[in-house]
Amino acid sequence: MGAGWVILVSLLYLVLLFLIALLGHRLAKAGKSIVNNPYVYALSLTVYCTVWTFYGSVGRATQTGLGFAAVYLGPALLAPVWYMVMRKIILISKQLRITSIADFISSRYGKSTFIGILTTVILIFGIIPYISIQLKAIGISFDLITPSDITDSFWDSSAFYRDKVNYFTILLALFTILFGTRSLDPNERHEGLIAAIAFESIIKLIAFLSAGIFVVYFVFDGMTDVFTKATSTEKTFKLLTLDTSETAKTSWFWVLILSAVSVMFLPRQFHVSVVENTNISYVRQASWLFPLYLFLICIFVLPIAIGGLLVLPESSDPDMFVLSLPMHFGQGWLAVLVYIGGFSAATSMVVVSVISLSIVVSNNLLMPVLLKTRTASLNGYTFLAQRLLSIRRVIIVVIMFLAFGFCKSVSSSFPLVSIGLISFAAILQLAPALIGGLFWSRANEKGAISGLMAGFFIWFICLPIPTLAEAGIINQSLITEGYFGINAFKPYALFGLENVDSISNACIWSMIFNIGLFVIVSLVTTQEVDELAQADMYVNIEKYSTLPDIEVLKKEASVQKLKQLLVRYLGASKARNHLQDFQGKLSSSQNDQASQEFIQYIEKILTGAFGAASAKLLLSADIRQENISLKQFNEIINQTKEILEYSHALEEKTEELTQTTNELAALNHRLKELDVMKAEFISTVTHELRTPITTIRSFSQILKHKENIDPKQKSEFLSIVLKECDRIARLINQVLEVEKLESVTLSDEGNSNFHNIATLALKRLQPIADEKNAALIYENKDQDINIPLSEDKLLQVLLNLLSNALKFCNPENGIVKLSIQYLDNINHPLICVYNNGQHIPDEFKNRIFEKFTQVKDGNLAKPDGSGLGLYITKKIIEQGGGKINFSSNATQGTMFTIEFG
Amino acid sequence: MANKKLLIVDDEPNIVLALRILLEDEGYEISYCYDGATAIENIDSLKPDLVLLDVMMPGVDGFTVAKYIRNNVKFTHTNIIFLTAKGTKDDKMEGYNSGAEYYMVKPFDNDAVLDKVKELLG
Repeated sequence: MGAGWVILVSLLYLVLLFLIALLGHRLAKAGKSIVNNPYVYALSLTVYCTVWTFYGSVGRATQTGLGFAAVYLGPALLAPVWYMVMRKIILISKQLRITSIADFISSRYGKSTFIGILTTVILIFGIIPYISIQLKAIGISFDLITPSDITDSFWDSSAFYRDKVNYFTILLALFTILFGTRSLDPNERHEGLIAAIAFESIIKLIAFLSAGIFVVYFVFDGMTDVFTKATSTEKTFKLLTLDTSETAKTSWFWVLILSAVSVMFLPRQFHVSVVENTNISYVRQASWLFPLYLFLICIFVLPIAIGGLLVLPESSDPDMFVLSLPMHFGQGWLAVLVYIGGFSAATSMVVVSVISLSIVVSNNLLMPVLLKTRTASLNGYTFLAQRLLSIRRVIIVVIMFLAFGFCKSVSSSFPLVSIGLISFAAILQLAPALIGGLFWSRANEKGAISGLMAGFFIWFICLPIPTLAEAGIINQSLITEGYFGINAFKPYALFGLENVDSISNACIWSMIFNIGLFVIVSLVTTQEVDELAQADMYVNIEKYSTLPDIEVLKKEASVQKLKQLLVRYLGASKARNHLQDFQGKLSSSQNDQASQEFIQYIEKILTGAFGAASAKLLLSADIRQENISLKQFNEIINQTKEILEYSHALEEKTEELTQTTNELAALNHRLKELDVMKAEFISTVTHELRTPITTIRSFSQILKHKENIDPKQKSEFLSIVLKECDRIARLINQVLEVEKLESVTLSDEGNSNFHNIATLALKRLQPIADEKNAALIYENKDQDINIPLSEDKLLQVLLNLLSNALKFCNPENGIVKLSIQYLDNINHPLICVYNNGQHIPDEFKNRIFEKFTQVKDGNLAKPDGSGLGLYITKKIIEQGGGKINFSSNATQGTMFTIEFG
Repeated sequence: MANKKLLIVDDEPNIVLALRILLEDEGYEISYCYDGATAIENIDSLKPDLVLLDVMMPGVDGFTVAKYIRNNVKFTHTNIIFLTAKGTKDDKMEGYNSGAEYYMVKPFDNDAVLDKVKELLG
């Protein structure tokens, strides 16, 4: 295929991308965003899949078999963690208008300029080699697809103008400038760019799947055939087995960790997942859509690797199997599709990486340095925003050419994946400060600086330097003999750590020093006031995002000065727009003293445009921050927390009150019921008392007034009076007893021998039985049975039941029987009181244990009981933990049974 | 006067006894029973001139007995006096509404009962 032709296709493809971006941008402006949905969001995340994935994973699979998958398993396995961390990061970034990963970290540690610079340096070192392998891959793939056109191969080309990578680098730099620096958006959002990225993600997936399907179903005869043939030769058979050596296990582990961390914190990942996020709810869908994409793009990796090894000549580069297979079989169109797929993977990665890196470098490295060194002439920076765009364009060009240089000098001798992993290991150094900052409020600036520096240093001596040595740029003896010739300082086996690969070695030692210093230094040093506020906000973002902005540090500034500041840095028209926005939303400041909201608003706009650290520097001259002590600051923080807790407590109290009100209503209802019962009781007692008094009064009056009364009648009347007096006394006693019993719920007093008490009760009642001519029988087989009632209470119960039985037993040949036995053991006694009298009428059966229920004795007048006896009996038994029941019928008489235990 | 017939209805035997002694001495012809149902059953044959009536009795209560008497034209001449332990204002209202001539609360004064009986029987 002709080179000119391929260049034309590449150019046309770039033009198409640009048109898509333009369309995306226009539609977004018109309010009909094509980007604002979870699918595009998830697709944009797959900028993770670069040429390293597209070409490199097949290359890695030819070496490690399934080992290639670790890079994709990491993000998939840790999707829940990703969801949790990302949600928090997005919330914080939206709240603070954070536009890059470096900004995010420096802002957490009190908008620290130094941390911003440090992070930026790590990112530059980490990302530029990564960009370089994209350039390398484009170059190789271009060479591969146009073999006949130019005789000298890519790496031999010495003449600058003949080197195609030059043109690609320039082309991509232009493209990036066009995409990324059209305007200075306070949120750094590029909807057009995201539309193009999503489109490229679809293209690279289609291209890769097409190549895979071609290999599996056209070169071979389906998946089974591929794997059957793979077992036939040794070099392909080993791809199907997992290397289970310790080295391989450690390597798996670290690649999983590296990829999981990188998917969150690579600048381009941070940019698409956080900065370009339009709706936080998309994170949820993306947490399964994104792993799904990774799965799809991995399906055919192994078959292509096997196919390449089996079919292609030995000399073929495994990294390029995806492309060389279709070419080998003369599939020109498929080859072009694959080439475009790889081109998509490379361009999307390069464009997003370079844009995010240019934001990082301009906001966190150049601006602070410029502002610090030239504060005196700060007023000269008119229309800073416009200048910032120019600065960024320059940065983009510089980054591109640094990558190009790295590509020409180092990348040539390394496979794609190893360079990628070195980049990942650099990103890993940011993880402790970042994740620690999110969840640990004590993490502080000094700790973060120590950790970052130590980690970066170890990474640097363990990976990039030996890589340069391997490339022959510096002395190779470094690798075999160690730094300064010391064995313990061998870069691939630091401190004598053998049996691990170079990546694991670097990760293990850098993490030990990074995390260790970060934690220890954070613990032994204290936070600055600025830091405390940020730390609190990062760790407790959920709280802040549900509230209007809480500014704990009181700031003072003049409205006039702030407005001037905005005009100076952003230009008159933009400043006017922002100010109008503000007036539409919030109350403006009355006098020249700016309100806290206004100051915050200006800070946010400037943070969006220049980064947190730079914004702080820009404003430092015009905003006077009240100098407060750490103690005062803590008080303010605590007050804020208290208010939140207080409102929470109020809600709880309201809930409690509602509950209490309900309880009170129920109680009130119950009390009313009790009141009615009490009133009834009193009216009944009154009636019961009035009756004997009436009798007494009447007879006394008769006795007093009747003159010729005969002595016999007189004594009869007097005995009636006495009897009625006794009745009153008894009634009063029983009413008092009822009161007492009702006021206590449970009394576990006493334990008495049944036999003794029963004997006493029977002795007392014998005269009444004799008078009635009734037989009083006592049956007891075990004299040791005890009843859990006091002796008084048991006696009262027995007297009540027995006297009732005597009262109601058959008048002719009455039988009353008291018996005791136990059911299953001695602690389970059963007392029975029987009489052979008339049975209890049905209408009374439900009520005989109620107060003032009196069973009428045949057709005679009312019996002389009070109607309280059985009620009191039942109460006493229940308070002793027992139960009373009865059965009564016409033929067999009545039996009361008492059960304990 | 000797012809006047009285009926005493009360479930308390001793009170019935006391009233009997009190009124027999004045020469009235006394009948008595211990519950409302018996009173209604026998009132036709007795045709009393005055009924001394308790309220709280097992089964049919005094108010019901009074209403029965008042709703029967045969007994227009029959006077009713309640003698009861129920002493609230509402009880009295109900007593008078059920058609009684007089309502006395226990414990009663023998002379007061006697005076009222005499007054009503003229």
